[in-house]
Amino acid sequence: MALETTVIEQKLTDKFGYKVTGFVQMKDILSFEVSADSVNDTMRFLKEDGVLRFNFLTDVCGVHYPDNDKERQFAVVYHMHNWMDNVRIRFKAFLDGDTPEVDSVTNLFLGANWQERETYDFYGIIFKGHPQLKRILNMDEMVSFPMRKEFPMEDGGRTDKDDRFFGRITDNATN
Amino acid sequence: MSDQKDIKIVGAPAGIEGQGFFATKLDEVVGLARANSLWPLPFATSCCGIEFMATMAATYDLARFGSERMSFSPRQADMLLVMGTIAKKMAPILRQVYEQMAEPRWVIAVGACASSGGIFDTYSVLQGIDKVIPVDVYVPGCPPRPEQILDGILTLQDIVKSESVRRRSSPEYQELMASYNIT
Repeated sequence: MALETTVIEQKLTDKFGYKVTGFVQMKDILSFEVSADSVNDTMRFLKEDGVLRFNFLTDVCGVHYPDNDKERQFAVVYHMHNWMDNVRIRFKAFLDGDTPEVDSVTNLFLGANWQERETYDFYGIIFKGHPQLKRILNMDEMVSFPMRKEFPMEDGGRTDKDDRFFGRITDNATN
Repeated sequence: MSDQKDIKIVGAPAGIEGQGFFATKLDEVVGLARANSLWPLPFATSCCGIEFMATMAATYDLARFGSERMSFSPRQADMLLVMGTIAKKMAPILRQVYEQMAEPRWVIAVGACASSGGIFDTYSVLQGIDKVIPVDVYVPGCPPRPEQILDGILTLQDIVKSESVRRRSSPEYQELMASYNIT
């Protein structure tokens, strides 16, 4: 028998109470929010519970919400997949804007190693307990976390996009 | 059998010819020899590299212009062709390849990305390879057609032909290298 979303929700609520909230079914995937301090426990429960059996960590990624309240400015999103029942699940943990820190899940899934490094690389989110938290895709000399909204996407060293070369200065000045 | 008339060889440089002798400038002879046997080192990272493969293949045939053999070792190459987007993380590797080449060495930036960063005006992409190594010829296009790449190589051959044999030890050249921190 397929794993029902009501069962998942009930089991998580029974186990973690108020720490898991906001259950919502979006298309064919159940999503919920988990408090940052119980990410590791939640994932362990999802993985090791005999009924839930979410045996595969599909993805770890970050989101930056600069307009949110200070303590909810970053989110880490986890996607998991139950191969036996072919059911997917997604949960978010919101982190503080000044000190975005969350426990690493590398103790549960070794595959989280590079995914957490990538999230650190682009958002500066610290994964506590990660064995080697350093940049993975960008060059080591980079000082910014480029996917944070306050950093410009464009490179400051660009020299051939001067408005004068495109005849834009005059129009801009008169308008 | 090919007709003898179809075979073209490069003409002799300007000079004084007489019975049993021919006199010309050393610069021109050296330039002629260098220009017609440029060994290319392709540094291909994306679609411009695919266009370069067409340039090397039978239809366009770069070998007609004296670039017969690809050299995949920078130590045996004269002409570095950089084709494609160079990420900032790649820049030190490109620079190392250039440093391993022996003098005289020339660089062609093929396509918009290698020349200026192209459409990738972003934090992770090098905004033109001339930020890390000196470039002799820029080939525009996104990607350039094989004809344009050939045109770039022919332009470089003109540069090579007219280059003085002393250029590489001139103060101007030393200054150029120093501006890139290459010794």
